[in-house]
This record gives sequence, structure tokens and C-alpha cells, in this order.
Amino acid sequence: MTARSCAAVRADTAAGHVKAADTLTAAIDRAREVGAGREGLNIFAWRDDDDARRQAATIGDRLADTTPGALLGVPVAVKDNIATLTMPTTCGSRILEGYVSPYEATVVKRLREAGGIVFGKTNMDEFAMGSSTENSAYGPTKNPIAPDRVPGGSSGGSAAAVAAGIVSIALGSETGGSVRQPAAFCGIVGVKPTYGRVSRFGLVAFASSLDQVGVFGHTVDDAARGLGAIAGHDAMDSTSADIAVPDYTAGANADVKGLVVGLPKEYFPASLDPAIRAKCDAAIEHLRALGATVKEVSLPHTDLAIPVYYIIAPAEASSNLARFDGVRYGLRLSGDGLRGMYEATRSGGFGPEVTRRILLGTYVLSAGYYDAYYRKAQQVRTLIANDFRRVFDSGVHVLFTPTAPSTAFPIGAISDPYEMYLSDIFTATANLAGVPAMSIPIGRIGGLPVGGQFLASHFDEARMFNAAYALERALGAEAHA
Amino acid sequence: MTSPVSKSTLEKWEMVVGLEVHVQLKTRTKLFCACSAEFGAQPNANTCPVCLALPGALPVVNKAAVGLATRASLALNCEVQPVSIFARKNYFYPDLPKGYQISQYDKPLALDGWVEIGARADGSPIRIGVTRVHMEDDAGKSIHDRFPGVTAVDLNRSGVPLIEIVSEPDIRSAEQAGAYLRVLKQILEYVDVSDLNMEEGSLRVDANVSARRRGESKFGTKTEVKNMNSFSGVERALEVEFARHVSVLEAGGVIEQQTMLWDGSTVRPARSKEGSHDYRYFPDPDLPPLILDLQWIEKARHDLPELPAARRARFASEYRLGDYDVEVLTASPRLADYYESVARAHGEPKAAANWVMGEVMATLKTSGEDISRFRVRPADLAALLGLVRDGVVSHTAAKQIFAHMVATGDQPAQIAEREGLVKVDDDAQLSAWLDEVIAENPNEAERFRNGEKRLQGVLVGAVMKKSKGRADPRKLNQLLTTRLTS
Repeated sequence: MTARSCAAVRADTAAGHVKAADTLTAAIDRAREVGAGREGLNIFAWRDDDDARRQAATIGDRLADTTPGALLGVPVAVKDNIATLTMPTTCGSRILEGYVSPYEATVVKRLREAGGIVFGKTNMDEFAMGSSTENSAYGPTKNPIAPDRVPGGSSGGSAAAVAAGIVSIALGSETGGSVRQPAAFCGIVGVKPTYGRVSRFGLVAFASSLDQVGVFGHTVDDAARGLGAIAGHDAMDSTSADIAVPDYTAGANADVKGLVVGLPKEYFPASLDPAIRAKCDAAIEHLRALGATVKEVSLPHTDLAIPVYYIIAPAEASSNLARFDGVRYGLRLSGDGLRGMYEATRSGGFGPEVTRRILLGTYVLSAGYYDAYYRKAQQVRTLIANDFRRVFDSGVHVLFTPTAPSTAFPIGAISDPYEMYLSDIFTATANLAGVPAMSIPIGRIGGLPVGGQFLASHFDEARMFNAAYALERALGAEAHA
Repeated sequence: MTSPVSKSTLEKWEMVVGLEVHVQLKTRTKLFCACSAEFGAQPNANTCPVCLALPGALPVVNKAAVGLATRASLALNCEVQPVSIFARKNYFYPDLPKGYQISQYDKPLALDGWVEIGARADGSPIRIGVTRVHMEDDAGKSIHDRFPGVTAVDLNRSGVPLIEIVSEPDIRSAEQAGAYLRVLKQILEYVDVSDLNMEEGSLRVDANVSARRRGESKFGTKTEVKNMNSFSGVERALEVEFARHVSVLEAGGVIEQQTMLWDGSTVRPARSKEGSHDYRYFPDPDLPPLILDLQWIEKARHDLPELPAARRARFASEYRLGDYDVEVLTASPRLADYYESVARAHGEPKAAANWVMGEVMATLKTSGEDISRFRVRPADLAALLGLVRDGVVSHTAAKQIFAHMVATGDQPAQIAEREGLVKVDDDAQLSAWLDEVIAENPNEAERFRNGEKRLQGVLVGAVMKKSKGRADPRKLNQLLTTRLTS
């Protein structure tokens, strides 16, 4: 069972057929049915149903508005690293235990203005560092499709909330695939917009030059509507782009005749799981049958993405996470003097993966190592971005690839950090290059979902959605079989 | 620790100094958020998610601060860079909420400037190079003495915009350091970018000092001296630290590169070693490069006000004032503006200079007021000077009128009338006063009549007093001579 689509809820709410409060009650009931709580799927870091009901109660007042908001009456789950006023924002970390933001993220403000209802804060890998949602102070989230398996990460809670049918839309965040990979693992749609498309104001920073708020939807249409509601320039974020936001649903019924789809050969290595390759091949056949031109292309620096990512992201994180020092908010543990307090608070507050990345990042920025690591990584990052530019400049409209090298793995199966990092092998490139990308379900292997990824050039989300809508339509039930 | 060094030993060594001057820009709001940048509010009143570094908050550059920093850079003859980059300087301290300061590192706002601090014996100018000017945000303030046993943090200052002006190591004496600072301060005051108040911390000076044997071209190891709270403090600290260097070096020791703190009479090493910090600078990913349009920079250059050197030259030629008068009247742009307004309205620059440097400055010195708030407007002072020139009031009466103007802000003519200070040159009235004075001082009158000329002053003075300064002295003297010597 799935949550009612965003479009249907909005239409019914605007027409007065359905009350926002009833839609919300259905979500609350569904959460209970699937066992979303701590002992069950452990989807949420925090839920406040009374607060959600208060939000829903105000929706009726807005029915007189000339244009109903794009998310009118739609419950939306929000990742725990996005600042909300009425619920804590803890990034799945002990260091922010009980922290309630006195201000609200721009994306949350926009989704509320669009008529959406903030429905709980979702579990995540601590500070978004992880690919399985196992690195959380609240314990791991379980994949609703196969509860012994991970939902992917770091936005695993948001992905699970949609996959479990509690909500049709959820907000996540991406630094290296943290929306697309869990979307693939949970059999739903996940979008990472162009860097600068969505405001980061109120998104707790992991790696500022890579971070973007992303959207999960049960369908391409849900995701398109969710992104449309939160995208656009924000004066509070100097890296947000002042570029008009098109209607991402405009291509819902358009065909893909003449669309040039590139298949980057580096994303289909010989080592790729043959079953995943077969699902991709089937999807590609559909695109071809729909009239798209499919051709092989090359992004030669792809294999450098993971090493570069694991220099740049930890470097920025080591600085971004310096503010969690026990002085102003969050956890404070006492120690001997100021230094002792810092050490006790940060050692006690951060989990092992966060600690590892802070140490990595501190190291690569140190005097004497900066040029060899950080500066070099930035240079290689430029090469990766140029790979994409070259391909898109050659007339390719979108790229199609597998989203992840595997399906959802069992909880606890991967203990080697480096093996875990390879989960992001097909996704980290889009964050490094800043281009938009999305994952949609293209079938299942042994009951486990497989995701196919579309990538487009900067701010060309509309074309990417067009391709995704068409493929989703062509796949039909095959997407979940 | 170090033995005192004789003057002759000191003279064998040369002081090498570079100064780092932090100047708080006079913006309404902070560098990266909309909080008030005003000094003196209740602790932590001027804070928001951005300057408190709450999770998820992001910086947005204040354009007004960029404007002021650009203006300062241009006034210091720097080349303003079309692209500069904000970087993060990472370190932990309770009053640094983000865990990093946003500064500019390898791509600062401006490079390669200079200021002229005087001339050598041969007349060639002494120029001190300005290496760079960069923008950065200030930290908050740790307060250790307010609550027993704990440190309090006030983040009102967190995020306030600063520029750091870094000089070349061109300074060769404590005196030159003082001259550089005074010239720098005067220029910045002219371009009106800062309050420049050392007590409130809107102007801070750190000094890098080293010693080398005279004739040596290589620099010695430097130490950084901090915590000076006046220009004369900087000069004294440099003398003391330089003497310490010489003493150590003369004894065959080595100077350790470290930070020293000035306590008003001596220097001592700072507790934490500044040199051991690794700030892990990297470009701030939250802020795109600061790109300045070339036309915008040129407009800023065009809009610069007249700078001190140009104004001094113009005062000398336009108003034909001597060096001393020029120096005094151009000390601050507000004083210079005031003087110019008086001089232009009155038409006699020298008389205007005498009054501004005399009565006006004396009054301000007594009251401690700034000239920008002075009650006597330039036009009114010019009117008073006009009354003196036209013989309507005497010089003595003018001083009394001026005192009334300071107290009431009224017009001089009105005061002269009201207080009966208009000059009296009417023969009958003058004769009547003179008769009274002669009658009251028969002895002096008699001696004057008998040729004791110096008593003329006593008698005239008595009449002036009786007339409350109104008697026309020229006429009075004539009358007295006629009455008592003919």
C-alpha cells in the first residue's frame, strides 16, 4: 500500500473532498501499521503528531486562496538535518541531543507555504555520513521492502517513510548520493537537484560545496511536485542560483522522441552485477522503443570520483562540524579545563564514522598536506566536471546509468568503511560536478529494488524529469517486479 | 632574563617592524548577517543564527562592508582585486562560534599600496609599503573576570566587519611606527570607514619586530607583539621588545619566534604559542568568490574624498596658511571642513584660522566635544568675525559674544545687541566714562599727565572695564591723549 499521490491529495483537498486532517490521520495510521517506530522500522528520529495535526488544522483556512499550494494537504517527512521550528533537529547525532532550532530552513518554510504538513523528522546516518542509515544515534532504520536489510543512506529514514507508504513525499539531503542510493534501495524516486537549485539555508552542513536538499517521491510526479515547491533562489544562501524554476510536471506526458541518451561506459564496468546490468538494459530498450537515441559516451575521470570525494567532503566537514563544541548548544560533557571539555564533548557526542571523517578532513587540510590532497582533489574535481560538460556539449541530453552497484545489503553486512564508500561510486560524480541526477525504480532482483539513474546538465532538471516520466510510464508494473 | 642594553650597543642594531592593523568598518550591520554592528549593547543582544553559528545557518556578504573596505584600500594606494576569495581560518575558541574565522587568505581584497609618513633630511619621502588589505569577520569576546570561576562569552562582536591592513617590514624605528599609525589613522578618518577607537577595539595594532646588525640585509627572527592599547603604547612596546632582542642576540642567544604580550611596561610571552597553530585555511565553500566590477572600483576611486596630503597642499596654497596652521587645521576632516566653511564665509582665511585654532579648539578641548557636534555653526562664527572686521564689536567683546554663542547657539548680532556689547564710538559717552575713570583714579591721571606714558594702558583698561568692553579703543586712546596731554 502506498500513500495517495501528491497530485490527488492536493486536488481533493482544494476541492474540499478531503480534509488535510484526514490525509494526516491516514499517514499516522499507516505509520502504526508498518511499525515505523523505534522498535520497528525505526524510520523517525522524532515525530510530533499533535504538531502535525495543528498544521493540518490551518490548511482549511487556506482553501479560499486563489491558487491552492502545490503541496496542499500533503504530509511530508523531513530529514533530521533540516531545521524545523517545532521538532528537534539533531542530525542523528548525540551531540545535538534535544536541540530545537530557533529558525526554520528555507525548504521547510517553502513546503509549509505550499500547503505541505511537516510530518516528523526522519532517521539518518549521523551528520549524513554513511550509505546505510546504520550510523545513527537512534539505531539503524530498516528497509520496508526487506526489514533485515538497510534502506541505504544517509537519507534512509526519508526513503523508508515513502517506501512504507506513510507519505508520498519526503525531503532528504545529498552530499554524495544520499538521496538517490536509498531511493534505489527502497524502490522509490529520489532527486538530487543541480547545486544551487535549492537553498541550503537551514540544512545542517556536511560538505557545503556538495550538499543539496533532495526530494523523495513515490512516483516521478510526486518528486517533481516536491522539488517544484522548494526550488528557487534564496537570498539567505549565497550559493543558491537566481534562475527561474520551470514546472517540472510539464513533461509528464511528453514523449522522448529525439532525446539523446548517453550511456557512460565507465558506469557499466565488466565487474557490474549482471542482474543489475540486465535491469538497466531493459530500461534502455524501453527508452529506445520510445524513440530516444541511445549512444555510448565516456566520462574518463569517473574512477577518481570516490578518492576525490573522500578528500573534499571530509575536509569541509572537519570545518563545518567545528561549531559543535559544547559551548552554545547541544551536548556538553565536562573535562579538565576548556580543552578537556572540547575533547569530552566531541569524543562523546560524535560516532565513529563522523570522528573518522573529521580526522581525515583535518589531516588533508594540514599545512604540508593541503597541496598534495585538497588542492589536487579540487583540480581533479574540475576534470570530473569537465567530463560532464564535454558530453552534454556534444549533444547528449541526459545520461542513464545504474544508481548503485548493488541492491540493499543486510544490516551489519558491511563493516569496512572503504567498502561502504564504494556504494556511492555511481552517485558521487553528480555532487562533484554539481549536475542534477535522479534515481527511479527499474525492477527488482530477488525482491530487492534496483534503481536506474538519469543525469542532466546544470539546471536542466526539466529534461531529466521528462525522461524519467517517460521511462516510468513505459516500465509500468515492471518497475517493481 | 635579559640584561639591560646600553645605548651605544642598541645603536649597533637596526629595528625592523611590520604592523598589522585591524580596523572595524563602520557598517550598520555585521559582515555576514543583518545583526546590528553597534558597540555597547547588552551582551549577546546583537546576535542571530548566523553569527551564533547555529546549525544550518549561512553567511551572506554585506555589500556596504565591501564598499568601505574598497574605499580604505584605494585611499592606501592599493590595487583592489577584481576577484578575491573568502577563506576559513580554523581554530577552536569559545568566542569563535563557527570554529573558524572567515577571512581572506591567498586572494585578498587589495594588494601593493603605500603610505607616506614624512620626508628624509634630503626631502625624499619616506614611504611604508602596504602589503595587503583583506576583509574578515571579528570573533566575540571572552570575559574572564565577570563571573567567578567561569568564562562568559559575549557574541555581539562576532561577525562584525574588519579589515586587516598589513604593512611591509619597512618601519625602522618606534617613532616611524608611531608616524605610520598616525598617518594611517588620519587617512582612514578622511575616508570615513571606521570609528577608529582603540578603547572600543575598533582599531587594533599588532607589531612584528626583529633586530639586525646595522648594515645587514637579512632580517632577524621576528616576534609578534600584541595587546597595545595606544599608539604611544606601540612605540614603547617596540622599544622594549627591540631592546630584548638586542640583549638576547648580543649575548649570543637566539630569538624564538613567538607572540609577546605588552602589559604597559614590559613584554611577556603569550601562554599559547601562536606559531604552533595550523589554521588549515581553505576557501569558504559557503561564499562564492567576491567579484568586483572594474567600473565599480573606478567609481569608488572617483568618489574618494580629498585625502590629507592633498588637503594640506590646498590649504597652504588656497588659504596661504603656514605649515603649522595647515597641520593643525587638517588634523581631522571635520575640523578641516569646519575651518573651510568659516574661511569661505568670512573671506579672511588667516583670521578664520586664528579663531578656529584659538577660541574654537580651546572650547572643544575644555568640553571634550567633537567638532561635528559643536553648537557654533561655521556661518555664525563667520558672522561674528564679520562684526569684528566691520568694527561693530571689539575683539574683547567678540570673545564674550562667542562664549554666549557656545552656550546658547544664538546669532552673534543678536547676542551683541541683547548683551549691550556693540562697540561705542560716540564721543559724549566715551568722554563721560573717561571723566569717571579720571575722577576715580586722580593719582594715575596726574602721573600720566606728567609724562608717565605707560599709565595710558591702565586708564584705557579701566574705561574698557567700565564699558564692558564696548568702548572703541582707537577712539578712546585719541580722546585720552587729547584730554590729558594737550
